[in-house]
Order: sequence, then structure tokens, then C-alpha cells
Amino acid sequence: MAKKTTEPTRRDFMTIAAGSFAAVGGAAALWPMIDQMNPDASALSLATIEVDLSPIAEGQSITVSWRGKPVFIRHRTAEEIEQAKAVKVDELPDPEARNDNISADSPATDVNRVKDENEKWLVLVGICTHLGCIPKGQRVGDAKGEFGGWFCPCHGSHYDTAGRIRKGPAPRNLEVPTYEFVSDSKIKIG
Amino acid sequence: MAHASSYKPNTAIEKWLDDRLPIARMMHDQFNDFPTPRNLNYLWTFGGILTFFLAVQLLTGIVLAMHYVPHESLAFDSVEHIMRDVNWGWLLRYMHANGASMFFLAVYIHILRGMYYGSYKAPREVLWIIGVLIFLVMMATAFMGYSLVWGQMSFWAVTVITNLFSSLDSIIPGMGTGIVEWIWGGFSVGNPTLNRLFSLHYLLPFVIAGLVVLHIWALHVPGNNNPTGIAIKAKSDALPFHPYYTLKDGFALSAFVVLFAGLVFYAPNFLGHTDNYIEANPLQTPAHIVPEWYFLPYYAILRAIPNKLLGVIAMFSSIGLLLFLPWLDTSKVRSARYRPLYKWFFALFVISGISLGYLGAKPPEGIYVILARIFTAYYFIHLLVILPLLGKIEKPTAMPGSITDDVLGKKPAGAR
Repeated sequence: MAKKTTEPTRRDFMTIAAGSFAAVGGAAALWPMIDQMNPDASALSLATIEVDLSPIAEGQSITVSWRGKPVFIRHRTAEEIEQAKAVKVDELPDPEARNDNISADSPATDVNRVKDENEKWLVLVGICTHLGCIPKGQRVGDAKGEFGGWFCPCHGSHYDTAGRIRKGPAPRNLEVPTYEFVSDSKIKIG
Repeated sequence: MAHASSYKPNTAIEKWLDDRLPIARMMHDQFNDFPTPRNLNYLWTFGGILTFFLAVQLLTGIVLAMHYVPHESLAFDSVEHIMRDVNWGWLLRYMHANGASMFFLAVYIHILRGMYYGSYKAPREVLWIIGVLIFLVMMATAFMGYSLVWGQMSFWAVTVITNLFSSLDSIIPGMGTGIVEWIWGGFSVGNPTLNRLFSLHYLLPFVIAGLVVLHIWALHVPGNNNPTGIAIKAKSDALPFHPYYTLKDGFALSAFVVLFAGLVFYAPNFLGHTDNYIEANPLQTPAHIVPEWYFLPYYAILRAIPNKLLGVIAMFSSIGLLLFLPWLDTSKVRSARYRPLYKWFFALFVISGISLGYLGAKPPEGIYVILARIFTAYYFIHLLVILPLLGKIEKPTAMPGSITDDVLGKKPAGAR
């Protein structure tokens, strides 16, 4: 600056205007660079699948792939349902239902873990809420953990017959995805 | 950069270039006539060894990328194609995979040497900080490279490590999940993830190379530390870098490369996991997920803490804290040679690190969890409590007057 003035000069105005223009332009150009990494249209288009439940016998489980994630569908036995109902909600490490079909603050009772009180069918995203491994318990010979549901071999989380975390480092119950019964023996996930 | 230039252009063309771009002068002053303490031991050769392995990784990596296909359904097969069909592909890949291990072995020795001899203390704080940054970028690069194989261990390592960010959900609900899906480019680890990891795995080594230039620059301002921790005071304390240290570095490098060759030719999969020769399967997790050996101590720290978010914070801060080491250590004495107590605490620190490495490979149950907690506790207590207090309590032993005095075995005034 050649001389000191108390009033802002035209040069000050130009400096601030050019600086702001560059900052806004830079920020606007940055956003596409960041957003390009988010799930793209082809990933979003795989959002729903339909699953036929009729071949799944009582006591059996199947795994289907939804959005690249495994979804566990278990046809629960009466005994398993009984076992899950016997637990008090305040004894659970995570007392929230984690069911995308009902409001977020619902308690993790057994009935809140299924859809439309159809308690035979338990549908879960089969991803451990700790660090994303696939828990064991879908196959006949698998370790099912101390609570008869699923057991994650990576860091030792135990889930019960309603897919609720009971023991181990996982912070939340297994997520129940959004799904609906299209007919008595068919569901649409997503 | 402090010493006077001794470069003399001999020919007309050298003189012509020197007036326009004095690059030959810089190389001469920094890597030929650079004054280097005369008492450096073999622990000081690892900087050179690391530079060599960066070059090995860059060269083998660039040619491997000519044959590799970063696609979820082709990646695993293209790696096998490299192993079986590509001329010398097996050699290039085994060099690259084992080169990463050698790189980490050398960097751990290099870091611990700096910690033992107080190389991070004034005036070398910036040098040390750049070093920690190189270490961080190295870890990211190694992790991404491992994922490219797209075997079961690769896939599940990516899943577990990227899921660390989901722990942020406990601060702001949804933030962690949002970040994880942003990293994945989908709702699970998949093709978009593999593609971006490949892109970044190719980029980051060049970032490391840039940081190495800054690291050497920051080294050449104060010059090398040395086993006494005493600065160069007289001409007799120093030797020109070439031929004295080019030779010493070269000899150590040759010995280290023998170890490297031993692994590459006789035990190329010794440090790997058999599960990674099974193609990635998003619907099945292997029974035991274990990271590569060089990440085991951090993995043990992560698992030692029962809370997910705190475990993640502890794991990252175990390295992040090193950035503050120059200020956590309050002792004015650099070298552990003259610090009778620090020596022992340093030994405990090394034992903790190695033990955590061992425990990281064990299943997280019973006695292993308890031991991992004890050693994790010591790791942090060492950095946050012992180092700040020790500098105030410890009475250093008598130091020699200069590097020359030490080399010639002159007893320090008022010696032990």
C-alpha cells in the first residue's frame, strides 16, 4: 500500500471481491469432486428385491443379497420366539428396536423386531453392528452363540433369536430393513 | 544447508548450468560433501534403506499396474494371471508384497532409533513430524494395496477398517454411516470401493515421495543427530557423507536386501494369510480376521477397548500422539545413553509394542484381552505420563565434551 487512508479504497474492494469470488467458485467446484464418491444411480437402483418365503421350512434360515448386503430371513420355531419374548427390554445392551418399519424410539421387544406381528418371520440385515462382519448362525452346523441366534466370529458378539445384541462389543441390535408382506408367503425388501 | 558450498564446476557446461539451475551444486553439497557426524552407528542406515524400498515399491507397483484389473469380478483373477502368465509376474508381485513388509520393518527400526536417541528433540521437531506423516500415509497406502488382491482377507479388512468410521454415529447419528457409504460408493464394499482404492494406492506413494523430500530437507537444516546426541562442534566431529556414509549405508542395505531376497525366493507367503488366496465373498466372513503383521499392535489396541468409538479413538491416537512427542518428552538430554531411567522405560515401551503385535494376532478372549489392556495402558502412560515427568525427575549421567571426545574414548569431566 502506497499510502494510508482511513476510507476503504477501490483496491480493497477489488481484493475482497476477487477473493470472495475465488472462494465461492472453489467451494462450488469442490462439491462435485466430493459428491462423486457417494453411491451412484446404479447402486441406488438396486434398492428393492422380492423374496418368496414358501420354501423356507420352520427352523430354517436363508440369506439373500440386498444392496450388496446379506439379509438373513429366519423361519423361527415356537421355542425360539418364546426364548426371545422371555427377555426383559431393560436387560438388553441396546433397548431400541432398530426396526426401520416402525418409529425409531420403539423398545426392542420381540414383537417390535418383526413386521405386522408376524412373529414367525425374522428379517435382518446380516451385518454385525460392530465392524461389519457377517455373523455365523445361518447354517445348520454354525456356532449360534450363547443366546441361540447368531455369533460374530470377528470380535465375539452374540445375538439372540430376535437378532438383538446380548454380549460382546457390538453397540446395536441387528438392523431390521424396511420390508412388507406382498402376500402371505412373499416379502418385498427395501 | 548451513555449510559453505564446496562445489566447483570444472567444465564450461557445468558452469553454464550452475548459473541457471544450480542442481549439481545442490546434489554435491547435500549428498557428497554434506558434513555428517563421524560416530553414526548402523541404526542410522535405515533412512537410506527406506528410500531404497520406496523406490522398489514404486517400480514394481508401476509395472504390476500394467497387468492388474481393478474390477470386483476380475481383480482376483488378474492377480493370479500376474502370478502364472505374466513374464516374471510372480517375482514382481512377491517383491511388491514382501517389499511392503520390509518397508515397515525398516520404518519401525528407524522410528525406534529416533525415540532412543532423542532425534525428535529441538531443533528436529519438524523433521520428526514429517516422519510421522510419512508413516501415516505409508499405512494408508499399504492397507489399500492389500485390498487390491480382492481375496477374503482383503475384502474383510476393507469392510472392518472402513466400518471404524461408523463409530461416529454415536456422536451424530447418521454421520458415521454417511461417511462409510461415501467411502464405499455404495451400501457395502464393492466395485466402486475397489476402483477408488486402486486410484489412491497409485497416488499416495508419490505423496510419500514428496514428503520424503521435505523430510530430507528438514534433516539437512540441523544435520544428523548421532548416538551421543551432541551437536557437531568442530570439523573433527564430522565426515563428508560421501564416501563414508554412502558406503556404510550401501553395506547395511546389502545385508537387509539379503533378508528381503530370502523372503521373496524361499518364503514368499510366510507373512501372508492363506485366506487371501480365496476370492472375496461378501456373504461370508472368514473365521479369523487378522491384519498384516505390521498393523497388529494397532489392531490389538482397537480390540482392547470394549467401547467401539473409544477403541477407534485409542487406535488413531496411538499414532497421532507421536506428533507431539517433541513436547511430551521434557528432558533436555537427547540420547538415552545418558538417561539411566529413560533407557528402561524405553525398553518397556518396545516390549509393549511387540507384545501388542503378538496379541493382535490372537483371538480377542480371556487372558489375551487382559494382557492387551495392560500393554495398551502402558503405551499411553509411557507417552502421556512417564515422558513428561521423567525429564523433571531423572538425573542424566555425565556426557562427553564432544563427538570427537566420545569417539576417542576421552572420559567426560567428572566421569562415572
